[in-house]
Amino acid sequence: MPEGILGRKLGMTVIYLEDGRQVPVTVIDTKGNKVLGKRTESANGYTAVIIGFGEKKAKRANKPLLGFYTKHDLLDGEEGSQTVKQEIREFRIGAEALAGYEVGETFAGSKLFKSGDVIDVVGISKGRGFTGVMKRYHFKGSKASHGQHEYKRHGGSIAPNTYPAHVFKGKRMGGQHGNARTTLQNIKIVQVMEAEGLVLVKGGVPGPTGGFVRLQRAVKKQLA
Amino acid sequence: MNALSMVENRLLRSDLPEFRTGDTVRVHVKIKEGEKERVQAFEGVCIRRHGDGTRASFTVRKVSFGIGVERIFALNSPTIDKIEVIQAGRVRQARIYYLRDLAGKAARIRPRT
Repeated sequence: MPEGILGRKLGMTVIYLEDGRQVPVTVIDTKGNKVLGKRTESANGYTAVIIGFGEKKAKRANKPLLGFYTKHDLLDGEEGSQTVKQEIREFRIGAEALAGYEVGETFAGSKLFKSGDVIDVVGISKGRGFTGVMKRYHFKGSKASHGQHEYKRHGGSIAPNTYPAHVFKGKRMGGQHGNARTTLQNIKIVQVMEAEGLVLVKGGVPGPTGGFVRLQRAVKKQLA
Repeated sequence: MNALSMVENRLLRSDLPEFRTGDTVRVHVKIKEGEKERVQAFEGVCIRRHGDGTRASFTVRKVSFGIGVERIFALNSPTIDKIEVIQAGRVRQARIYYLRDLAGKAARIRPRT
């Protein structure tokens, strides 16, 4: 897994390029990403950087997390109103890249990305509950006219009869839609606002406003 | 939603004059022709203001050589060099589409005082 950073989706807007073109962007807050630790080949058998994002009161943290925090002296804030990170994730990166991080260091999107970069965005898509096949898989449903009755949003037949005599695995049917980890590949960064710690990516991003997202170097696209 | 408005406020243009539907305006637009950039003016009646925030736009109508021409501008676009309000007009609708059906003297708009 490539190098990356955590962020919070703040919402969408439109910005203008120099030549007047409008670009739809999602604003992602990346302020306060903190390096909480490292995984090393010798100690863990793989290399990764542990990054925390978002804040919650230290008294809301469970004991294992608090233990980890006190052991490495990573608590933020004043005595009495200390905070721990809300979301903690590992990013699998190589040993050389790992050397660029320092435990306890706080950074934002500008450390890794600049405008024009291509990244992958991972988020938890908005949950839609148990939906039918029309919403979930864009089935067409049936005609509303010509005597149709109680069949307008059904998916039709699910298999033939004697042969193959069963329904194929993976047959698309109704069920839980959304609320699943979703990755968008090759998303362009339109602008990185360094002072504000914001990253503006082109187009939409999975999940609700306020949801956590993971921005990482594009897996498939090589940087020019 | 503070940070979001922070991004947006930066893009909003405060240098443009206030104008309403019914006003006659001259919009100076930057146009790129190959390497050269020049400014072209489009003068007519604003027949609609649409939306707000960064996406706000407005439509200007003029009659050019007997043919009605309408152009939609993004209010906050950097391609707008400046806007001049030629005459403030008094109209009773927010969207004066009825102007499209009128010509000549009937298409005049009373000045606003």
